[in-house]
Amino acid sequence: MSAPTRTPSGAPAHLTGVGGGRVGDDAQRPDGVLKVRGEFAYGSDLWIGDMLWGVTLRSPHPYARIRSVDLGPALAVPGVHAVLTSDDVPGEKVYGLELADQPVLAVDVVRYQGEPVALVAADHPETARLAASRIQVDYEVWEPVTDARVALGHPTWNQVHDAPAEVTELSRESAHLHPQGNLVRHLKVRKGDPEPTADVVVVGEYEVGMQDQAFLGPESGLAVPTEDGGVELYVATQWLHVDQRQICSALGLPPERVRLTLAGVGGAFGGREDLSMHVHACLLALHTGKPVKMSYNREESFFGHVHRHPATMRYEHGATRDGDLVYVRAAVYFDGGAYASSTPAVVGNGGTMGVGPYVVPNVHVDCYGAYTNNPPCGAMRGFGSVQTAFAYESQMDALAAELGMDPVELRCRNAMEEGSPTPTGQVIDSPAPVAELLRRLQAMPLPPEAATGDDVDLRDMPGGVSNTTHGEGVRRGVGYAVAYKNVAFSEGYDDHSTARVRLEVVGGEAVATVHTAAAEVGQGLVTVEQQIARTELGVERVTVHPKDTTVGSAGSTSASRQTYVTGGAVKAACEAVRARVLERARSVVGRPVADLRLDGGKVVSDAEGIAVPLADVLGDEAVEETLEWRHRPTEAVDPETGQGFAHVQYAFSAHRAVVDVDTELGLVKVVEMACTQDVGKAINPQAVIGQIQGGTAQGLGLAVMEEILIRDGRVQNPSFTDYLIPTVLDMPPMRIEVLECADPHAPYGLRGVGEAPNISSGPAVLAAIRAATGLPLRRVPVRPEHITVEGPLAPHPSHARGGPLQGA
Amino acid sequence: MRLTCTVNGTEQQVDDVWEGESLLYVLRERMGLPGSKNACEQGECGSCTVYLDGLPVCACLVAAGQAEGREVGTVEGLTDGDTGELHPVQQAFLDAGAVQCGFCTPGLLVATDDLVGRSLAEGRKPADAEIREALAGNLCRCTGYEKILDAVRLAADRMSEAGR
Amino acid sequence: MHFLQPTTWAEALEAKAAHPDAVAIAGGTDVMVAVNFGRLRPARLLDLTRIEDLRQWDTEDGAVRLGAGVPYARVITELGDRLPGLAMAARTIGSPQIRNRGTVGGNLATASPAGDAHPALLAADAEVEVASVRGSRRIPVADFYTGVKRTAMADDELIAAVRIVPPSGPQQYSKIGTRNAMVIAVAAFGLALHPARRAVGTGIGSAAPTPRRAPAAEEFLAGELDGSWDSRAELPSATAARFGELVAEAAAPIDDVRGTARYRVHALSVMARRALTWAWAEYRTDSRDSPKEA
Repeated sequence: MSAPTRTPSGAPAHLTGVGGGRVGDDAQRPDGVLKVRGEFAYGSDLWIGDMLWGVTLRSPHPYARIRSVDLGPALAVPGVHAVLTSDDVPGEKVYGLELADQPVLAVDVVRYQGEPVALVAADHPETARLAASRIQVDYEVWEPVTDARVALGHPTWNQVHDAPAEVTELSRESAHLHPQGNLVRHLKVRKGDPEPTADVVVVGEYEVGMQDQAFLGPESGLAVPTEDGGVELYVATQWLHVDQRQICSALGLPPERVRLTLAGVGGAFGGREDLSMHVHACLLALHTGKPVKMSYNREESFFGHVHRHPATMRYEHGATRDGDLVYVRAAVYFDGGAYASSTPAVVGNGGTMGVGPYVVPNVHVDCYGAYTNNPPCGAMRGFGSVQTAFAYESQMDALAAELGMDPVELRCRNAMEEGSPTPTGQVIDSPAPVAELLRRLQAMPLPPEAATGDDVDLRDMPGGVSNTTHGEGVRRGVGYAVAYKNVAFSEGYDDHSTARVRLEVVGGEAVATVHTAAAEVGQGLVTVEQQIARTELGVERVTVHPKDTTVGSAGSTSASRQTYVTGGAVKAACEAVRARVLERARSVVGRPVADLRLDGGKVVSDAEGIAVPLADVLGDEAVEETLEWRHRPTEAVDPETGQGFAHVQYAFSAHRAVVDVDTELGLVKVVEMACTQDVGKAINPQAVIGQIQGGTAQGLGLAVMEEILIRDGRVQNPSFTDYLIPTVLDMPPMRIEVLECADPHAPYGLRGVGEAPNISSGPAVLAAIRAATGLPLRRVPVRPEHITVEGPLAPHPSHARGGPLQGA
Repeated sequence: MRLTCTVNGTEQQVDDVWEGESLLYVLRERMGLPGSKNACEQGECGSCTVYLDGLPVCACLVAAGQAEGREVGTVEGLTDGDTGELHPVQQAFLDAGAVQCGFCTPGLLVATDDLVGRSLAEGRKPADAEIREALAGNLCRCTGYEKILDAVRLAADRMSEAGR
Repeated sequence: MHFLQPTTWAEALEAKAAHPDAVAIAGGTDVMVAVNFGRLRPARLLDLTRIEDLRQWDTEDGAVRLGAGVPYARVITELGDRLPGLAMAARTIGSPQIRNRGTVGGNLATASPAGDAHPALLAADAEVEVASVRGSRRIPVADFYTGVKRTAMADDELIAAVRIVPPSGPQQYSKIGTRNAMVIAVAAFGLALHPARRAVGTGIGSAAPTPRRAPAAEEFLAGELDGSWDSRAELPSATAARFGELVAEAAAPIDDVRGTARYRVHALSVMARRALTWAWAEYRTDSRDSPKEA
């Protein structure tokens, strides 16, 4: 391996941090001081003397054939160093996480608005933008396919059960986006009686809009050409090794010549699992022989990463008069957009967990992922489950209303517990305290009633300081929801992580170094790595090596898996190091000692009163172990029945939402969110709470405001002016109770934490709004017009009708 | 064009500034001060909040030339320049667990410093509703804001204590 | 691109006369967004932030003359008592960071139908004072907006100030957004009661190609209140409801990503009804608003 030619300012260094903290403590982040000083370098902060700026020319059309591209006018702009198209991609011209179907740069056809077509490198970003605008692309514009069911030739629903189904024929040749057709995956889950009947049946159709990860740090990175003809890429990402595999394939270079280092990541939430500027910056760097920085602005970021799949869902629940679930039939359609990305896994989650954390004897679920000319959709926190939870939890409320039962009571009656069978034939083999989570929520005190009259503080009212109500029209509602999510990779994937741990004595002090490629995206994995090493090796000082590809893959920072899988790898590597050190210690002591352990930088035996400093055991030598660690294997599910040991672990959480709705204006103020979650073991309780609070906010956002609006395949709101995420005035105070019911199969008994609270919070908010308004709201995000003039089932106006912006 | 201004108490001069550049671009790309973040470049997120002549503003919306001769204060200026000691607001964000990815943190620190400073100057600590209204322009996607509120309260308590 | 930095008003007017295509920039909250995203590449930016006169306000002949460069934050803290409607509108604008920079002059110059200050200015019968090397003139704000983001200004003119006679009665301002802070208006409404001249002022935002008044609603309410200014009688709820309907009828909204036309109309009727209820309740309990003293 060749070293990079030069190191940019902002290249990550070893993190040591301050303070201590073992497993179970509120340890402080080792990158915290850098972050509050403004010295932590994110991808967009990287800088090197003579670097160029790369920009991307993107397709303005959702679907078109490229007749010709003229680069001449762009090349003529002074200061331009390179202008590239797909012809300049030396290796494979397509890439993808699960299926390689997405062009590095468009080849003949563009399949979504914003698809990269050409690249420019120049000495100033303004020069690069100007040159890109001068590239002449001649498009033959095609009619886009913009509905998942239309793409598959399936009947569309009209949001009304008894309306006649419509099938839109796709007769034209271009209606198949990809050679294999428009179906990415169809998962069938079949359990029990195929034709069950029940005393009480409720049917509902539901829709979830397209959510954006809206991480604050836009896509960015710096590619530096190396002397061996390769490239060193510093990039904000979630999975260095899968990036490396795809970059190598596109560049036609071996892994030894494509080295990746994780730059500072400004949030991810799934949106950095696919490539964005990675290959582009490397291509420009290799062509120009100069370092190239690419950093998207907010608008480009909306086009530069995959989003959460929008979903349309039809559910039918049957139950006995006593409230026992008899069956669930469901059809779930995920719109995957133009390229596959994580769609197969999203379909897997939506199908296998699509009835929620309940015991259902008869299940018939069809879950589809389709190609359309909408923006590509892929990973976002809680994927597959976030969407279906809105449907199955709404159904549970509808069923409770039909039965005249308390909705929490109905849920508890049907709740999964340890030993319960899942719809896919698994038996839950660790604690599943679904009912307890709900009962604990119900026992929490409710917030005080809304103030009225002179006591009103506008900031507590729906609408806030915009002064729309002083209490008029305001109704309170309370809603509950519970959800579950698989942790780590499922369906037979060889899910593993690699950890390298070294123990040595430096300047008289025992120091452990942990090296993994696991992406720290803000969640605090670097803290957890330190805590585990301190716990296992009995040292205070633990250094975290920069995350890079000089160590084996850690898998993705996704699926709530890193504390489990990379945590497990670090623990195992520490144990291997410890075993060697203790072995050495025994030879230093000169006899076998039963209870030797590491603590306080010493080898200790309480029984024999031994306390040998590590320096005496190790001398100048370091003990280092690198190992790959795997959780229990899962298996692929049967394609016809969905049966199989699909998931290694489940995470459970429940929410209670309290909302005030101005029922006349349709404005919502969430008053309080309460959450209970089982985390198995809180490795870092403060970070666990942070995950629950942050996940809750994202679920709330999807329930009441967040949606990428698409019309005819075009994004209508690619900005933080019109894609709204919750502010501090939208997110209410929270009550949180964390349960620690150990999973005997997992390191320390822990359960993945990050996703579950993102799943149950939105459905609870939706339920609370329904309770406040009495309306059968079935679409999220709920908009003011749904509560008022347009009716609860109306799609967003941008889907139906056109028109320019009324405002700025 | 040439731009001269005072940043964190030190005079800075840079040349060849394109007139369309923002103060944020100049700070980050020309003055070596990337602490202020570029998350939206349209004044919607507050990640680039800096002091301009003592008032918190979005540096992305200040044309570079508008900063000529002005006093700019950034997150890098919060830390004690001599001792390297963290400002109480910085320490409070760490202690409260208010930092996750940290991209919003620099802007929030400046906005919090302004809020707490103004409140204490009036002899009081900011109430929760006031904190929320003051920080409504600083988006955070990781924390759900709860620990940010904790941090602001903690900073106000400590600074109020120290001021006595 | 050139960056012009006049330090006096006369210099600024000369620069604008010499370069009518120069884009004036004050708080930058509109202009810099367009520049940052490549949508605006003017030959010249005309920076107005160094002109001290623009950053002042004073009172003349009973009117507040608000310099075009006074930021919203100062409207709230310094003029909340005299111009409560405008101050309420200012409080809904963006964030503290935005309010430290953005100005009423900038809001007028951009002339977005969604500009937050417009409904309050319309309700208060404000006048826009514009100037050029040819001289200055005052334009009633209702005549200032001529189309979507178009104004009655000539190419060589700049906005010097806004003149507002503080309304003699209560004022209200309401705005709809789909978030509890930091929103562009889906619809907005401004109301001013003018007991001294027994008149009513209204302003509608984000619900027509330009900000506009609701003249029929104003006339109706002035008629209904004719006998009540002195008696301060209770306002019949049917009057408030009818007023709301008439305000809504004055709108000509469209569907866009922020809301539907139908919702905008509905929201205006509710906001107008509530705003009138609040304003009249305040008038009934506050003797300082006596028409005889005004």
